[in-house]
Amino acid sequence: MKMCLVVDDSRVVRKVARRILEGLDFEIAEAADGMEALAVCRAAMPDAVLLDWGMPVMDGLEFLRRLRQEPGGEAPVVVFCTSENEPERIAEALGAGADEYIMKPFDGDIIEAKFAQAGLL
Amino acid sequence: MKPEDLEFVAAMARAKAGLMIGGERAYFVENRLATLARREGWPSVEALVAELRAAPDGPLVRMAVESLATPETSFFRDYPVFDRLRDEVLPDLLARRPDGRVKVWSAGCSTGQEAYSLAILAEENAARFPGLQLEVLATDLSSRALEKAQSGVYTQFEVQRGLPIRLLLRHFRKTGDNWTISPRLRQSVRWGRLNLMNDFTRLGRYDVILCRNVLSYFDAAPRQNLLRRLAAALADDGALVLGADEAAGLPEAFEPARGGAGLYRRNASFGRAVA
Repeated sequence: MKMCLVVDDSRVVRKVARRILEGLDFEIAEAADGMEALAVCRAAMPDAVLLDWGMPVMDGLEFLRRLRQEPGGEAPVVVFCTSENEPERIAEALGAGADEYIMKPFDGDIIEAKFAQAGLL
Repeated sequence: MKPEDLEFVAAMARAKAGLMIGGERAYFVENRLATLARREGWPSVEALVAELRAAPDGPLVRMAVESLATPETSFFRDYPVFDRLRDEVLPDLLARRPDGRVKVWSAGCSTGQEAYSLAILAEENAARFPGLQLEVLATDLSSRALEKAQSGVYTQFEVQRGLPIRLLLRHFRKTGDNWTISPRLRQSVRWGRLNLMNDFTRLGRYDVILCRNVLSYFDAAPRQNLLRRLAAALADDGALVLGADEAAGLPEAFEPARGGAGLYRRNASFGRAVA
C-alpha cells in the first residue's frame, strides 16, 4: 500500500483529503505544518505528499525546498493543494520541485485525476 | 418528475435526436431540465414539460433536447487513448501523409475539451512531428455547448479535470476566476453545429474520428446507421475512437486496435457505398 502524507493546517481539509485518498487505497499520515511534515518524512519517506501552501511554523514551499535536500527526499511525488491560484505562484511551486498542483476548492475527481497524472494510481 | 412526463420527454429526445433515455435515467433528465427551467424562467420542471407538450415544434423543445444530449467531458478524458494517438496512430498516419496533413473530427465535442486536448497534443509534440499539420473539426448538437467551446473559457474546476498543471500554465491565461485558452489554440479548431442523426457526407473524410460517449445515448438501429456513416467519413487507414467502455459493434467496418482503450481501425475493405 502506498503512503500519502497530507499536510494542511486545517483539520477539516485533512479529514476530507484522508477520506478521498483512503478511497484510492492510500495509507495516510497527517501533518499540520511543514515542520511536522519534515519530521514524518525523516522517520519514513512517503510515496506522495498532498501539500498546502500557507501554514504556520513552516509553509508548504519552504517544506518542499527542504524535503528535496533530504536524503531520499527527491522520491516522493509532491502535489500542492492550495488556494494560491496565480500562475506566477504555481510556476514558483513547480520550480521548487512540485510534481502536480491542485487549486482549492478540490473534490475527489480532481484529486484522482491529478494523482493519476502524477503516476500515483 | 411524473412517469408520464419522463416518458414524453424520452420519446421527444428519441424522435428529435435519436437519444435513448431509459427509466433509470429519471434523475439525469430531471436534473438537466431543472437547469433549463431555471435558465429560461419556468417555475418548475412540470411547467416546462407542459410547454414542451403544448408547442412540440417550439424553440424550447430544441433547447430541451440539446440539454439532454450534452455529455460530460473533460480535458484528456481517458488519457491512455491520447497516448495511443500520439505514439501509434499519428506516427502511422504521418508515414503515409507526406504533406503532414492529418484531419481529425471530434464528433459530439460538447464544451470543447476533447478538441482542445488534440490541439494541445499537437502543439506539445511539434518537435517530434515537425511536419504535422493537425486540422481539428469539432461538432456538437448543442449551440450552447459550442458557444462555450468557442470562447475557450473554462472554470477552475474544469481545467483541473484532466489537464496537467504544466499544460495549464503553458496554454492558458488566467482571466479573473476563469482560465482562457491561448488564441492560437482557439483558432486552430473549427466548430460547427451538427445533429449526428442527419447526413454529414458534406464534411468530407477524416483520418481520425473521435465519437466518445455519444453512441451509448443512441438506440440500436440509429447507432448502427451512425457507425456506417462514420465508417464512410473515415479514411481507409483511419482510426475511430469511442468511449473507453463503448464497443463499435459493427465488425464488418471496424476492428478493435490492439490494446483497446476504445480505439478502432477502419476495415479498409468495408464498402464505400453506404447510406
